[in-house]
Amino acid sequence: MKRLAMNGDQAIALSWKQIDPDVVASYPITPQTIIVETYAEYVANGEVKTEYVCSESEHSSMSMCIGASAAGARSATATASAGLAYMWEMLYIAASMRLPVVMTVANRALSGPINIHCDHSDSMGARDSGWIQIYAENVQEAYDNSIMSFRIAENMDVRLPVMNCLDGFIVTHAIESMAPLEDDVVKKFIGDYEAIHPLLDVKSPHSHGPFDMPEYYYEHKYGQQMAMENALDVIRKVSEEYAEISGRKYDFIECYRCEDADYVAISIGSTAGTMKQVVDDLREEGHMVGSIKLRLFRPFPFEDVAKMLNGRKGVAVLDRAMSFGASAPLFADVRSATFDNDSRSPTFSYIYGLGGRDVGVEDLKRVYYDMENGTAETVNYLGVKL
Amino acid sequence: MISIKDMSKKPVRLTEGHRLCAGCAEPIVAKQILLATDKPVVVANATGCFEVSTSGFPQSAWEVPWIHTAFATAASTISGVEAAYHSLRRKGKINEDIRFLAFAGDGGTYDIGFQALSGAIERGHQFMYVCMNNEAYMNTGIQRSGATQRGASTTTSPSGEHIPGKREFPKDLTKIIAAHKLPYAAQASPHNWKDLISKAAKGFEANGPAFLNIIAPCPRGWRYDSADTIQMAKLSVETGMWPLYEYENGKWNLTGETKRIAEGKMERRPLIDWLKAQGRFRHLLDPANKAVVDDIQENLDADWDELLRLTKL
Ligand SMILES: Cc1ncc(C[n+]2csc(CCOP(=O)(O)OP(=O)(O)O)c2C)c(N)n1
Ligand code: SF4
Ligand SMILES: [Mg+2]
Repeated sequence: MKRLAMNGDQAIALSWKQIDPDVVASYPITPQTIIVETYAEYVANGEVKTEYVCSESEHSSMSMCIGASAAGARSATATASAGLAYMWEMLYIAASMRLPVVMTVANRALSGPINIHCDHSDSMGARDSGWIQIYAENVQEAYDNSIMSFRIAENMDVRLPVMNCLDGFIVTHAIESMAPLEDDVVKKFIGDYEAIHPLLDVKSPHSHGPFDMPEYYYEHKYGQQMAMENALDVIRKVSEEYAEISGRKYDFIECYRCEDADYVAISIGSTAGTMKQVVDDLREEGHMVGSIKLRLFRPFPFEDVAKMLNGRKGVAVLDRAMSFGASAPLFADVRSATFDNDSRSPTFSYIYGLGGRDVGVEDLKRVYYDMENGTAETVNYLGVKL
Repeated sequence: MISIKDMSKKPVRLTEGHRLCAGCAEPIVAKQILLATDKPVVVANATGCFEVSTSGFPQSAWEVPWIHTAFATAASTISGVEAAYHSLRRKGKINEDIRFLAFAGDGGTYDIGFQALSGAIERGHQFMYVCMNNEAYMNTGIQRSGATQRGASTTTSPSGEHIPGKREFPKDLTKIIAAHKLPYAAQASPHNWKDLISKAAKGFEANGPAFLNIIAPCPRGWRYDSADTIQMAKLSVETGMWPLYEYENGKWNLTGETKRIAEGKMERRPLIDWLKAQGRFRHLLDPANKAVVDDIQENLDADWDELLRLTKL
């Protein structure tokens, strides 16, 4: 495999090119634009067979992906921030119709105030929509997740849409060295799209998205929950298969120098990369610290998180989003996951990096110092200027 | 044009047993539309009376592939289906020659679904969009829409001591759609089924997007006896409140009774006949509200003259 230099958006576009989805419907928004522009070039140059539709809004992009998917087409889109918020109604509908749409989210702060930079408020706001959510640390992982997303979404025990998230600008625009797979390897891994009762099978008419009364609605929601639970096994299997073709093995959570660590911090996305440097620096100084990267946020890997966080002297949970008036999203789930641990660790919430606020190695060291010194509060606002 | 006898032998695509009110125009319109092609059809339906009443899980009145996603999304959903069709045909996975159809109410068309419709037409998807225009949000209990007539009493534009019903005129949506310069747009009414079906047949075979705006009287919302739906549709046309016309490849043509009136072969009926027939306008019969009736008359005459001017161009 040849190594190439590209940014995260280009890597997503490349993965799509290799997959060649039947339909891509999208609407531009920073920092996702390079994806849709690069893909438009592939289409213009005849490098893909995709029906590429430039919608007039994200609400329509998602509706088109739903229509296309129900019709029997593999479909994909990409968005960020306000675009994701604009789709909100349709996110739930895609999931409840059990359509395996794959969407890249270039994580960006939600308005207002309007801000184009990275945080996770957009996808975290959609965490209850019924979509699987996978987060990437870097360009390579964004590419790999994109390919795996289609297999996960389309698995017959899952059949749920997947959100493939990467940090706006930090991953979408930073050029890194990465190793793509060969086209035919990707094609073989992805396989053919298998539609369920497609609309275009006109000889066998089916109704999609009917009106549901109280006698059935609850059961349909229960079905979605079961599919989410099934997804855990499926994601694990898909990751194993992916490791065979790529040599890159991914898990729900990835631990860095955690085995003997007293203090552990858990984070999502590119920050987990910075955390490795933080941990190395602190280890050099003799601190017993480790870092956990959470890759899969929905379904939440409760067991893995609980096991890894049992019996620590301190656990810091880093959230790049808020839930105003309540616990930040990752913190709430981590605490819930570890509540029944036989040796429950003191757990602290750290809000950081909102609206693209830069968070460096020194800022993040403070998280560990706070825990060691006993100065960590239950909720901490890292770097807020007061 | 095939005969009504031959049409009765065609397979039923929307079955009986749906839950629409007795006297509802919507299933009548839908059946006429579905008779206008023998090709396989895929339907997208916006939220509204027609959708909820034909699809209650686990039953469905639909004998053709059908999809509902949301209120604003009939045009965007069918765009996606059509995009899938082109893609899969190109890849040799589908061979049939399929037609794509969207149904939405006036709320789902004039208001919340307007952007999606405009976008889908601009992009040139091959589909026919049918607006079942009953001039209000009926499914949620008769609230005003951008299609509701001036003076009509609805639950959000009630006639009260100070305000005699809806203050605004409806937007002229068919002309707004025609301004997209699409291949085919028309207004029709289910009482003149020949006219409606021939327009639908043209729409199905238009080389690009087609739009039909169809008056669909609602006995609940308009407040008249449910036996009178077809009469009410007829009255809409004969009073000039709902002119029948088409916009075909840039040319405007009058059709049906509207054409006959314009040619002097038939009298245009007075506006008051239409207002008197419907409970939603009852308050306008009060002499204190004469100014509103005059306003409607003036607007009707101006629209009529404008339409005649367009068809003579
Ligand atoms: C986003 C959204 N807003 C509001 C509603 C509530 N709603 C459902 S149907 C409807 C009115 C439908 O009116 P129309 O499109 O004219 O169809 P009709 O029922 O009159 O045939 C409304 C307001 C909804 N389902 N979704
Ligand atoms: S309320 Fe009106 S539009 Fe709705 S089903 Fe009844 S008659 Fe039809
Ligand atoms: Mg209506």
